[in-house]
Amino acid sequence: MAVLLLAEVNNGELAMDATAKAVNAAKALGDITILAAGGSAAAAGEAAAKIDGVSKVLVAEDASLGHRLAESTATLIVGLADGYEHIVAPATTDAKNVMPRVAALLDVMVISDASGVVDGSTFERPIYAGNAIQTVKSNDAKKVITLRTASFDAAGEGGAAPVETVSVPGSDGLSSWVEDKVAASDRPELTSAGVVVSGGRGVGSEEDFKLIEGLADKLGAAVGASRAAVDSGYAPNDWQVGQTGKVVAPDLYVAVGISGAIQHLAGMKDSKIIVAINKDEEAPIFQVADFGLVADLFQAVPELTEKLG
Amino acid sequence: MKVLVPVKRVIDYNVKVRVKADGSGVDLANVKMSMNPFDEIAVEEAIRLKEAGKADEVVAVSIGVKQSQETLRTALAMGADRAILVIAADDVHQDIEPLAVAKILAKVVEEEQPGIVLAGKQAIDNDMNATGQMLSALLGWSQGTFASELDIEGDTAKVTREVDGGLQTISVKMPTIVTVDLRLNEPRYASLPNIMKAKKKPLDEKTAADYGVDVTPRLEIVKTDEPAARAAGIIVGSVDELVEKLKEAGAV
Ligand SMILES: Cc1cc2nc3c(=O)[nH]c(=O)nc-3n(C[C@H](O)[C@H](O)[C@H](O)COP(=O)(O)OP(=O)(O)OC[C@H]3O[C@@H](n4cnc5c(N)ncnc54)[C@H](O)[C@@H]3O)c2cc1C
Ligand SMILES: Cc1cc2nc3c(=O)[nH]c(=O)nc-3n(C[C@H](O)[C@H](O)[C@H](O)COP(=O)(O)OP(=O)(O)OC[C@H]3O[C@@H](n4cnc5c(N)ncnc54)[C@H](O)[C@@H]3O)c2cc1C
Repeated sequence: MAVLLLAEVNNGELAMDATAKAVNAAKALGDITILAAGGSAAAAGEAAAKIDGVSKVLVAEDASLGHRLAESTATLIVGLADGYEHIVAPATTDAKNVMPRVAALLDVMVISDASGVVDGSTFERPIYAGNAIQTVKSNDAKKVITLRTASFDAAGEGGAAPVETVSVPGSDGLSSWVEDKVAASDRPELTSAGVVVSGGRGVGSEEDFKLIEGLADKLGAAVGASRAAVDSGYAPNDWQVGQTGKVVAPDLYVAVGISGAIQHLAGMKDSKIIVAINKDEEAPIFQVADFGLVADLFQAVPELTEKLG
Repeated sequence: MKVLVPVKRVIDYNVKVRVKADGSGVDLANVKMSMNPFDEIAVEEAIRLKEAGKADEVVAVSIGVKQSQETLRTALAMGADRAILVIAADDVHQDIEPLAVAKILAKVVEEEQPGIVLAGKQAIDNDMNATGQMLSALLGWSQGTFASELDIEGDTAKVTREVDGGLQTISVKMPTIVTVDLRLNEPRYASLPNIMKAKKKPLDEKTAADYGVDVTPRLEIVKTDEPAARAAGIIVGSVDELVEKLKEAGAV
């Protein structure tokens, strides 16, 4: 039994954390072949070959695969699908764009955001914003799965799998890339950071979000936000944590001025330690917090930032 | 150009979900059901396309139990012109998988020939985030998922997508499937006169069998559990105490 695992490649570079977590999650399913696809993907392929537990790496390089356009990437994967019982990927926005398309082309159901692997055909996945965990058994010949990275540890490095190049079907002309708007940041990436500091509507403005960022920088943390903070323009969309944003499970999650709606909790309640700072003692966030501080954030956050020195 | 908008009837996002004690699923009897919030955004976008003169008809379609007609009436009250209900289940607890939904939608597309399908990015009950992509695959169309901006210019559309790294803009060939994200627009509320008018708008009723689609699930639900609860925490009295506790826990 063999597994084809779509590596997460961003602009030619391997996203090691997401890919290595997917490898670890999938290793019980069979021999893992990694597919590194992109406009440039050779370096990503070389990096993926070092992940423990990888048997082989396929590199697919072509302009049509640049920026991970769903149509060409799905066509490539379907062309390689013979001989693999499982086709998996870390549940990133890229994979969520591509994998359901792959599944439909293979006439199988997709299993999105699996948080547990029970056996080769049985998987756990959160539904209803994580308010229920469903165990599903697939009756399809091939299983197409995205794996929730926050639920798995990363596989180690130290392997040396062989790397092969595969041919690429080329573009079908259905879509083309125009531009990326990516804010450069020296902070750790949100979904792999050990510490996350998030701000909500309570922060009140884009300017005051600097308070959140200051605390984050003191802790070497990534910055997150509630939907309300993103909708209000205090924070960019890629900082949103929650049911419909990113799912994180850091060692420490600090929620500031966030009420704790179920849609937000869905994205962070598996964090090891949760700290909540909120001026309303009734706020639901305190129900999941290990340490709650009922305080005005405009006093508490600067004080905390200073005292963590 | 015609716009097709698939809308799903789901548990209202404010309802506290209860897992049934026997592990068979989530209790949906007598709970408030609403239109999937992402689908409200899709309906709104479709109506705006019509208001901007880029579309001439908005057709809403829902696949599920008979009660989904309430969801379609909401779409009609917001401003959709007509609706198609495809009855594919007789119990609310029986959900139709994205693959089957996509197969039915593909047949509806064949019949209706829309220039664009606007779907939600994900349904907030099963959180699959799959139907639009699957429909696009079945039709061999382009796809623009997780859209926060949509601009149709002749035979292409520019779609700005919310992705992990920020925003990505792509150009897709029409006809296309776009799945909408939270920040595309703010859906309007239906006014009382429009709710009244919606009652008279056409709503066609079909069944999955009319389209020759087998809706037998591919995924068997083994069980549904409550997630593990977190141990109760403590309220600290000051920032100093918080710092102390975090140090004790080895968190800083
Ligand atoms: C389809 C759908 C999807 C959604 N997806 C997500 C998602 O992915 N992520 C997400 O986060 N939300 C999501 N939501 C939104 C969610 O329901 C809540 O509306 C949102 O999380 C609220 O954000 P908030 O806690 O920042 O704001 P609020 O609920 O307004 O809370 C603000 C909090 O700040 C506190 N506060 C105010 N001032 C201060 C102060 N000076 N000091 C200290 N505390 C202060 C208040 O007491 C309050 O508790 C979704 C909703 C829908 C319908
Ligand atoms: C109580 C319960 C019982 C279940 N029982 C079974 C079972 O017995 N067997 C089984 O295999 N699976 C079952 N499931 C799981 C279910 O079939 C799939 O996991 C589910 O369909 C996931 O898709 P989604 O609705 O999250 O779609 P998504 O792909 O997240 O939906 C995205 C968008 O597609 C459109 N869309 C989706 N569905 C429809 C629709 N019906 N009509 C119109 N537009 C739509 C909307 O625009 C929506 O925003 C059950 C689920 C529940 C909650």
